[in-house]
Amino acid sequence: MPTINEKLTEEIRAKAKALLAEGTVAAVIGYARGSLPMTVKPTVVRTADDCGKLVWNSFCVLNLANYLPEVLKSVEPPRGPRDPKPEGPLPKVAVLATGCWSRNIVVQTQEHQVDRDRVMVMGVASRGMVSRRKVEANFAGREILAVEELDHDLVVKGADFEEKINRWSMVRDNCHTCTHPDPVLVDVRIGEPASERKNPNPFQQVDDIEKKSNDERWAWFTSEFATCIRCYACRNACPLCYCPTCFVDDAKPQWVGKSLDAVDTGLFHLLRAYHCAGRCTDCGACESVCPMGINMRMLTKKLNKDVLDLYGMEAGMQPGSPLPLTTYATNDPQKFIVTEAGAVKEGE
Amino acid sequence: MISYLPYPVRIDDIVVETEDGNLKTFKLVFENETQKKAWKHVPGQFAMLSLAGQGEIPIGIASSPTEEGHLLFTVNRAGKVTTALHQMHTGERMGVRGPLGNGFPIDTDMKGKNIVIIAGGFAVTTLRATLIYLLEHRQDYGKITFIYGARTPGMLLYRDEMKQWAARGDLDLHVTVDREAPGWDGLVGFVPTIAGQVAPSPENSVALICGPPIMIKFTMPPLEKIGWTDDLVYLSLENRMKCGEGVCCHCNVGPTLVCKDGPVFTRTQVRKLPVEY
Amino acid sequence: MKVFRLSQTELDNMVQQWSQNRRVYRPAADRQQSAHADCAPGWERVAGSAPLTMAVGPPKTSVKTFLFPQPETMQTFSLKSSDPDKALMKEPEKLTEKQIVAGLRPCDARSVMLNNLPYREDPFYQANLARTVMVGFTCSAMCATCFCDQVGGSPMGTEGLDIAISQIDGSFVAEVLTPAGEELTAGLDLAPADDTDINALAARRAASPQVDSAKLAALKGRDLNRLYEAPLWKPLGESCINCGACTFNCPTCYCFDVQDEVVRGYGRRIRYWDSCMFPLYSLHTSGHNPRGRKMQRTRNRFMHKLKYFPDRYGPFSCVGCGRCVQDCPVNIDIREVMSDLLTVE
Repeated sequence: MPTINEKLTEEIRAKAKALLAEGTVAAVIGYARGSLPMTVKPTVVRTADDCGKLVWNSFCVLNLANYLPEVLKSVEPPRGPRDPKPEGPLPKVAVLATGCWSRNIVVQTQEHQVDRDRVMVMGVASRGMVSRRKVEANFAGREILAVEELDHDLVVKGADFEEKINRWSMVRDNCHTCTHPDPVLVDVRIGEPASERKNPNPFQQVDDIEKKSNDERWAWFTSEFATCIRCYACRNACPLCYCPTCFVDDAKPQWVGKSLDAVDTGLFHLLRAYHCAGRCTDCGACESVCPMGINMRMLTKKLNKDVLDLYGMEAGMQPGSPLPLTTYATNDPQKFIVTEAGAVKEGE
Repeated sequence: MISYLPYPVRIDDIVVETEDGNLKTFKLVFENETQKKAWKHVPGQFAMLSLAGQGEIPIGIASSPTEEGHLLFTVNRAGKVTTALHQMHTGERMGVRGPLGNGFPIDTDMKGKNIVIIAGGFAVTTLRATLIYLLEHRQDYGKITFIYGARTPGMLLYRDEMKQWAARGDLDLHVTVDREAPGWDGLVGFVPTIAGQVAPSPENSVALICGPPIMIKFTMPPLEKIGWTDDLVYLSLENRMKCGEGVCCHCNVGPTLVCKDGPVFTRTQVRKLPVEY
Repeated sequence: MKVFRLSQTELDNMVQQWSQNRRVYRPAADRQQSAHADCAPGWERVAGSAPLTMAVGPPKTSVKTFLFPQPETMQTFSLKSSDPDKALMKEPEKLTEKQIVAGLRPCDARSVMLNNLPYREDPFYQANLARTVMVGFTCSAMCATCFCDQVGGSPMGTEGLDIAISQIDGSFVAEVLTPAGEELTAGLDLAPADDTDINALAARRAASPQVDSAKLAALKGRDLNRLYEAPLWKPLGESCINCGACTFNCPTCYCFDVQDEVVRGYGRRIRYWDSCMFPLYSLHTSGHNPRGRKMQRTRNRFMHKLKYFPDRYGPFSCVGCGRCVQDCPVNIDIREVMSDLLTVE
């Protein structure tokens, strides 16, 4: 009996093959098998015959929307930097998308990084992606040589052991609290749709930190980011971070130092979080790719909570809805600017 | 052992070379007498100019080793460090680290030969150093042809010296500008075109060509037509550098480190490199 | 060469004794702990008496942080106008304090010697090398991601180690390989290893994977431009996100950037790790970038490690520790890159 993910894999391969064979799309962004247990490789498939290598499983933790702008560019006919855009429609690209990734595509469209008409979203509902780190921690000290996925369990094998663990218990934090597992955009449906998940408090992890005293919060912040090696994997894996020159790379003026100084490192993470405020879909790619296991998601999650509380906005839920950071309404709450005496009451 | 410590120098004089003010020649004098005496460089080599608080930049040495007592650097204002340098005044302290790189083969492949020097734009700086060296050792070299072009008369460097060189009888000087300009009665034409017209045959000769890659690309065909081959042509490559001593690897072009294996290469060597420069 | 036999307790006591007189560093047991240590992520200063045990495979981060720390102050200066030494670059005090790194593997120890090739004349690296003693543990097992034997090393290798400790039948056999190692063990009451121990060690060595130079010879023999133009770079460059995860945890990536930092009129020129994966690495001030496309940068790192470095210095710039394989967010596997390159005619 094939597992849920094996069935999805077959469906993805068949539909990707059809899209490419019919010439509907020039490329499909998906995943191929990885060389290590619990890893997958993001891959771009450009011929129907190559679709056999596409896979779908519980380890697809990278956000494929991150590759969308560059793959869209790569399928355009080559032209010089000053040549005009060619006449007629440009080739399309298909991309696998879960709830959060599809919301990123909405944001990319709103921010003019991606042309919606050129994207075929192969929407697949997420059952939550497993954290490789959580599994490894569960088997601390024992090398994992293979992991077999069943529908609700993982069979973890080493040189001298084989154990079954519950899949959901190993799923990433952001997936545990996710309320939007189903893609908000679907051009080609893969598998069955999933309904919204109920969660009385998706921001529990943020609340836990906010409950701490100032000193405790500072201790959490300094120790969390102490091991950052400034590799920028978090930034590079994020579909929101597409600035041609990131603020950390500016020299005139230099906003942030480049060494491992705690202030510079903290500043990098705080400023990046602010640049993602209200745009982030909590896809968890940043945390999944960090080689040092830093939970920088807490910063963006906190800012997402603030944007939701202040402006009632959640990134990418509605194509065409206004972007929080570039929308100014006269009744925007101003609690953080205006004091009691001069406070503008809501609706005034 | 490498020393990353720059020698302290003071700016003795600043000459604004170009009309737009973007190129200035800095005359630097050593603060330390021992360091001054120990400094020996070869035309074609470069040095790191160090500005405390700003950074370092690799700049070709524009003065010949025969111009004793000081060093000349002609610097284009382009980025953070060069802008800070351009804002400095005479008397201020800065640093020089070097000499770095391999320089032109003045004592080996060039000795006894006819020398053809082709310079485009700002790249003429180390060729000034070379020419002055050659003229100071005139008997060691054959015919000297110096072809130099800039976009406009206002962009030409070392204009006063050019006049002196033009007046000499022992070299062929050809200075050109890209287009006709009021008040200019010299040659008009791109450097590759002029080079094609006046470059001598390669017999017993060596060519030094410095300029933007596109200039070199178009200069080679007319030279090749009259028999020049890659092994007779010396180029100077540029790349982003940090240590200048072959350690940090920033300047690598494939397997080659521009700061240590170059910046001077024959065209034969350059053609073997992957095209990432 | 002196060879000693130690129990776990004796080993821990020895490390404790060392830590009385000098700084001793060990791999950090817990990520959070290294936040409070006075050394780089992944390592901690030995204080207290926790036993020195090694997990299979190399520690999380490499030892290059001890020889080539970041940031490293190259010069200091003052920019105060009243200071007659304004803008005069001064070298910092040379560091001479001895330090011991305990708990590295043969792969990391070998990386020290590999980095010594380009850093032969680098005064900072040489000063750090002179004051650091390497006490390592050989490997009786290899992880699935270890491949030291394919790139010039071996799990029982001793290159770069001052003391090599092997776990044999519940005890430790320590080989003292250099004068620096002898200095550490002089005066300690350690039991010499007997013939059984020495034979067991030799047998272990003979049985463990030996250095296999086939791949090195093969790649050295390939034409550089053919490798450069190989078809594998395009898909590789497509999935690579050009972060520095591979570079920074790699023991043999040694590129650095230099910056001046000034705070309230006092400054320092520092160097810190850089990665050729970053676009800034090769960016000219004019805006021209010889490696402006992602693929060019991804290709550069592998070509450097597997072709340019061996052509210039001899060995691969890789010790087979497998950290990049574990850490790469997009699962680019250098072993796969090597096999793909070997298929190029």
